[in-house]
Amino acid sequence: MTFSIAALLAQDGVTNGAIYALLALALVLVFTVTRVIFIPSGEFVTYGTLTLAALQLGKPPGTVGLLAGLALVAGAMECYAAARRRDWWRLPRRLALYLILPLLIAFGVYAAAPLSLPLPLQIVLTLIIVTALGPLLYRVAYQPLAEASVLVLLIVSVAAHFAMLGLGLWFFGAEGSRTPPFTDATFHVGDITVSGQSILVLLSSLILIGALYLFFGRTLYGKALRATALNRVGARLVGISPSLAGSLTFMLAALLGAFSGVLIGPITTVYYDSGFLISLKGFVGAIIGGLSSYPLAAAGSLLVGLLESFSSFWASAFKEVIVFTLIIPVLLWRSLTTHHHEEEE
Amino acid sequence: MSARAVALLVLVAALLIAPVAAPPFWVTLLNYIGLYSIVSLGLVLLTGVAGQTSFGQAAFVGLGAYTTAYLSLNYPAISPWLNLFIGVALTSVVALFLGFITLRMKGHYLPLATIAWGISLFYTFGNLEILGGHTGLAGIPSLSFFGIELRNERHFYYLIWTIAMASLWATRNLLDSRPGRAVRALKGGLEMAEAFGVDAGRLKIVIFVYAALLACISGWLYAHLQRFVNPTPFGINQGIEYLFMAVVGGAGSVWGAVVGATLITLLKQLLQDYLPVLLGRDGNFEVVVFGILMILLLQRTRDGVWPWLARLFPQQRPRPIAKSTPLPRRSRGVAGRLLVVEGARKQFGGLVAVNNLSFALSRGEILGLIGPNGAGKSTMFNLISGALPLSAGTIEFEGRSTAGRQPFEIARLGICRTFQHVKLIPTMSVLDNVALGAYLRGSSGVARAALRLDRREEAMTLAEAAAQIERVGLREHLHSALGSLALGKQRIVEIARALAGDPCLLLLDEPAAGLRYLEKQELAALLRSLRNEGMTILLVEHDMDFVMGLTDRLVVMDFGQMLAQGLPGEIQKNPVVLEAYLGGV
Repeated sequence: MTFSIAALLAQDGVTNGAIYALLALALVLVFTVTRVIFIPSGEFVTYGTLTLAALQLGKPPGTVGLLAGLALVAGAMECYAAARRRDWWRLPRRLALYLILPLLIAFGVYAAAPLSLPLPLQIVLTLIIVTALGPLLYRVAYQPLAEASVLVLLIVSVAAHFAMLGLGLWFFGAEGSRTPPFTDATFHVGDITVSGQSILVLLSSLILIGALYLFFGRTLYGKALRATALNRVGARLVGISPSLAGSLTFMLAALLGAFSGVLIGPITTVYYDSGFLISLKGFVGAIIGGLSSYPLAAAGSLLVGLLESFSSFWASAFKEVIVFTLIIPVLLWRSLTTHHHEEEE
Repeated sequence: MSARAVALLVLVAALLIAPVAAPPFWVTLLNYIGLYSIVSLGLVLLTGVAGQTSFGQAAFVGLGAYTTAYLSLNYPAISPWLNLFIGVALTSVVALFLGFITLRMKGHYLPLATIAWGISLFYTFGNLEILGGHTGLAGIPSLSFFGIELRNERHFYYLIWTIAMASLWATRNLLDSRPGRAVRALKGGLEMAEAFGVDAGRLKIVIFVYAALLACISGWLYAHLQRFVNPTPFGINQGIEYLFMAVVGGAGSVWGAVVGATLITLLKQLLQDYLPVLLGRDGNFEVVVFGILMILLLQRTRDGVWPWLARLFPQQRPRPIAKSTPLPRRSRGVAGRLLVVEGARKQFGGLVAVNNLSFALSRGEILGLIGPNGAGKSTMFNLISGALPLSAGTIEFEGRSTAGRQPFEIARLGICRTFQHVKLIPTMSVLDNVALGAYLRGSSGVARAALRLDRREEAMTLAEAAAQIERVGLREHLHSALGSLALGKQRIVEIARALAGDPCLLLLDEPAAGLRYLEKQELAALLRSLRNEGMTILLVEHDMDFVMGLTDRLVVMDFGQMLAQGLPGEIQKNPVVLEAYLGGV
């Protein structure tokens, strides 16, 4: 292996690692706030890439139909809940959020699809429509079970993953898609070639992470989410609605997923079922960080990306084995340095 | 004959005649249901009861299947039955290792480690030439049983279902035993279980290995039934599906595993057969419908299908407690000091909760530890029981230092405790809750319990538990579900549980809180009679009347420090104590 190959692999690794870091962030966030292990996060990634690819072709993406369908189900659920509780005055606001707004988004994207808009606008449309799926998924699948055990929530996650996977095949077909690169620029630093694409991925990941940092540190909603993550009952007692916290969290997670999907599209061909493995690598990164610290989770994700790119060079058949076995020494180290196991939920 | 016995007989009869009466297609389906049930049973124990989630069961199935496939093809001289044992040994080693690194820690490490392990093994199977890569290994011999070759699916059916029913029997036995009570306490009662001597980390590893072995046996059967293996059925998706079966069936009961395996297998088959006809087109719609149906099902019945089915059968009446020889008792010394606390200190960050506290307990006395709220009484209590480690100082029990010992090791020395906030298992009966207190007086392990070799010891344990329940005056609640008792009664159950452990030293954390006047008097009488039998008692309490009338000596704490110690009468007149309680006058 020459230095330039190593540099190339490192560049690949860091680029992928940045994407895994976003997913790791989404997983940690969803788990701490709602106790849901967010297995469908991978589908948000594939939906992101494939929606953008469909828009590129000037076709309305299948996610439009899904959004409209979920909005109708959520609207029906809100009406049913209002009728049962005889509590009508909150209904218009909820219908506006869960039914009207998503329908408007779906219609807007449907109408804009054939216009062959410039790439940045298509990216914005993609982010909007996939992000809108998040709160609706929470409302329809998880909210009725919000108080259930972690295990039941996990099984619901798996079921949602299955359903979204099958729908992905229906919407986008079995062929994979690649989206065009954001930029063709390359830079030369000595002997090393750095692609503008990699820099863009890194930069935008950093900006997104920075924006989230500000959101959690400076805004009332961000603080409400942090409070819910620390103490669910306490947050409820001071008036933070669990369903609001859940919807908001799923919105952020969906945004992170869609964003990752848009970033990964030009790097690798994405199939309807690629999301699961991609998000699992985010998971591995999050575990290396101990599932609690965001910076450590990001560092872990970078490590996963690097390990993946170097092992695909040396032993490509065993790439996945190497990446996923990495967890074992990390856990071993943690178990030998931690002595007390405390009360679990 | 009870309705349950009739239902069981009907089930067994149906299972016996099914392969003769049913068309071959159904026999195949039933074979798969049997194989899946065996794996899900392990998950009921591990996930449903003990609360530890594993995604890696399919990988253990694969380990069993590939071990026998590889050995049968390359070393045909070895009997496939011997391969089963080799597979079991291999699986145990892997499960022990994975359990060791994940289960001793707090948090969700097991699900994550098993995801990683499942994926790695899947790709390893798929990429190793000697295991046939992604195409797999074909031509695995079938099994023979005492010279009879199991040639077709009907023959296999009986073997599979015999093993499935045997696993169900063993798992059910296990849950209804000494280790079973401890396993049931792992979810939500870890700290309590450890206070009664359960080595929780070790127990979790043992049941993880148990579940892995069931999966391995299922894989061994699968390889010889199919006579062909490839990596697909051992991937992470199948691992997730096993969890599905257990949860949808009802992960709290062994029957949930069978119900779940049946339901999911049939549903997937139906969807595959009829959905394309209904929709008039091919596609992957069955997985969509399957996912949506599962979400709907869990939203309607989140404990799975079995509890809902079980309501159709009449409640099983509890077995009467048989007379039995008593459990051996600990010998208690007669005089001298039992517990010596010397310079104890506990610091939480900048807060010193217990500061340089020294006192001693003599055998056969009742010592009261009192003080205003926030004085550090409960912290001191937790230092003695080992729930918190000391920052400095020493605690000696019968001349041995307790420093560095885990709570379950301290329990072994002969210290039993109650909890300020009641820690009982609400879904278990009062009897089972109290019997858990006698955990250290038995020795039956998982294997003995599963094979029902523990019945003599179990009868002795239950008789002891019943005797203690009677002693504290809760005889009429023997078989009640614990959750149905009032809080005051639950506190008394805690005392009965501590007594079942036959302690030298009884630690009581606010036992009189929530009791009515008469109940308090009964409790005081009980504690006095225990002292007369030679028990030593340390009491943390707020109720002054209760403490003054009962204790031999008092230690008063305030702001983590010793304020005074002496006889109750002296303490009542001590001006420093009066000021701490009533404020300066």
